[in-house]
Amino acid sequence: MVRVDGNGTSQSLIQVRNLGKTYRRGGEDIHVLQELNLDVDKGDFVAFMGPSGSGKTTLLNLLGGLDVPTRGTVTVAGDEITHMSAGKLTAWRARHVGFIFQMYNLIPVLTAFQNVELPLLLTSLSKAERRKHVETALAVVGLGERMNHYPRQLSGGQEQRVAIARAIVADPTFLLCDEPTGDLDRKSADEIMELITRLVREYGKTVLMVTHDPVVARRADITLHLEKGVLVEAREPHSIAAEV
Amino acid sequence: MAIPVIYNLRSVKARWTSAVVAVLGIAGTVGVFVAMLSLARGFRATLVSSGSADNAIVMRGGATTEMMSFITVESVKILQDAPGVAHGDSGPLITSEAVAVAPFPLKSTGTDANVQVRGVSANVLTIRKNVKLIQGRMFQPGLTELVVGKNASSSYAGLTVGNTVDFGGGHWHVVGVFDAGGSAFDSEVWCDARVLDDVYKRPPNLFQSATVHLDSANSYQQFKDNVTSDPRLNVDVSREVDYYAKQSTAMTRLITILGGLVAFVMGIGAVFGALNTMYSAVAERGREIATMRALGFGGPSVVVSFLIEAFLISFIGGALGCLAVLPLNGLTTGAMNWQTFSHLAFAFRITPGLLIGGMIFSLIMGFVGGLPPAMRAAWRPVAVALREL
Ligand SMILES: Nc1ncnc2c1ncn2[C@@H]1O[C@H](COP(=O)(O)OP(=O)(O)OP(=O)(O)O)[C@@H](O)[C@H]1O
Ligand SMILES: [Mg+2]
Repeated sequence: MVRVDGNGTSQSLIQVRNLGKTYRRGGEDIHVLQELNLDVDKGDFVAFMGPSGSGKTTLLNLLGGLDVPTRGTVTVAGDEITHMSAGKLTAWRARHVGFIFQMYNLIPVLTAFQNVELPLLLTSLSKAERRKHVETALAVVGLGERMNHYPRQLSGGQEQRVAIARAIVADPTFLLCDEPTGDLDRKSADEIMELITRLVREYGKTVLMVTHDPVVARRADITLHLEKGVLVEAREPHSIAAEV
Repeated sequence: MAIPVIYNLRSVKARWTSAVVAVLGIAGTVGVFVAMLSLARGFRATLVSSGSADNAIVMRGGATTEMMSFITVESVKILQDAPGVAHGDSGPLITSEAVAVAPFPLKSTGTDANVQVRGVSANVLTIRKNVKLIQGRMFQPGLTELVVGKNASSSYAGLTVGNTVDFGGGHWHVVGVFDAGGSAFDSEVWCDARVLDDVYKRPPNLFQSATVHLDSANSYQQFKDNVTSDPRLNVDVSREVDYYAKQSTAMTRLITILGGLVAFVMGIGAVFGALNTMYSAVAERGREIATMRALGFGGPSVVVSFLIEAFLISFIGGALGCLAVLPLNGLTTGAMNWQTFSHLAFAFRITPGLLIGGMIFSLIMGFVGGLPPAMRAAWRPVAVALREL
């Protein structure tokens, strides 16, 4: 159950309370997020929408421990991450978060296999175990045959699938996707969304996704709109489409 | 586990043009560093190999070089009978010597350079056993005849067997060439000490040093104690090997300091080259680094990773620099020996120790040039770097 009123139970997987983020630019305070609340349960699939500059990426960064909020707390599976030291937060990310970016962010000099293996290098898995996990993850995204290809030898959609394999290979607590189809054509976008939806439905993954595309957002259980620094639930799917 | 080294290897390979500046800077610096030090080593080795542990050189008390010393024939007679002096078929093994310098034209440049002329006793070859005649014969006592060191013979015009040369007011016949095993003697010209005194119009029966061959290296202390405590003598005694080693220190130090200075200045340039290469590597790969940090690699891992990359570049540079100067090894060159004011031939001497030193030097440059960019890469906020294109 996804809530934005701050009244969720302490059982929720992700609990965001009174989250605020203020940037200072040129002596001026920009209040991007203000008193934002959010509760997400395990297995939920949430889409965030909102105009450019509304703070969607900022919110994902705070949820993923890539940035620290100005106010408020983020608690994931009982761990409050907002007051962790930088070192602890880094280790926490490795354990709990899978990131999927609009530009895929694969390491160009590493093969698909090596890219997907990266998160496993931070675990205690043996080389053989790592290989098994990587092969499984690449099989899930349908790229078992492309293990030794470099990113530049893959299409955009394939690159994003490698990125998804990298995000899921260490079995994180939840996935954060920032416009995962933003750079793809419709067909590739559909394939990627098919894959992400399967991760939720078949593998029980928890996914929080930012998108500009209402068609993409419709795949999620719920679409939340970021407006004036807080989240509001979308009313009707077609009214969202009209808005964007 | 850390960021895999393959990442750095492939990144350097992918952007090798940008690494070239750093590699060449470090290669040049290491090359000069190794070459200069190998000169110092070669110079020192040449002088050190001139002396033997079982020879002792006797000079006037207080004299530090033969040029400033004199020894009378009476003193030589007392030395002959001192304990520890070895005896051969023709009596005690002692050579009383006089030195002078004479200008000869260098074959390479045509200009004159000073050659050390050493007047010796006729039995000198039984005392300096590392010296062997390789051509012609020994000079005959009493005649203005010369035997010349092999480097002197090859470096100067006219110093070949059968030739006649003029110097010091005399007319000299070159009758032989000797090989002194790469030591300083190879750059010298030898003749009869009494003839030298005579030609140079020095008082007869006055020498500048005497070198004795000892029963064994262990007899040195006994010989020295006896001779220095003899009231009839006012002399200093050194092991021949120590005497020559000491001659080399000033020059060796000069070359080392000069070489160090040049290498240091070049090193600063090379470090800036490395800084430039690594800063641009970090700048170009901002989003890659941020991605790895997002995946959970910590700041220290990033620092280590970029340091490894800097080490990789500096290692290649260092190895190139070492390889480039390696052909110098054994190459003969010449320099002034300021102790004798004569020209001394010696060879570059590139030892494994020097090469290791050069590699360490290159890694230090890599570290200094790599650390600030590595720190910047690690300290950059992830959320900011992820927004970069
Ligand atoms: N490091 C920063 N310093 C100052 N302002 C920032 C910083 N990062 C983001 N902002 C500002 O915060 C606001 C929200 O940015 P954010 O990237 O979260 O928006 P977004 O909703 O993801 O936009 P888009 O749809 O274009 O990706 C923007 O006005 C942006 O300029
Ligand atoms: Mg954004």
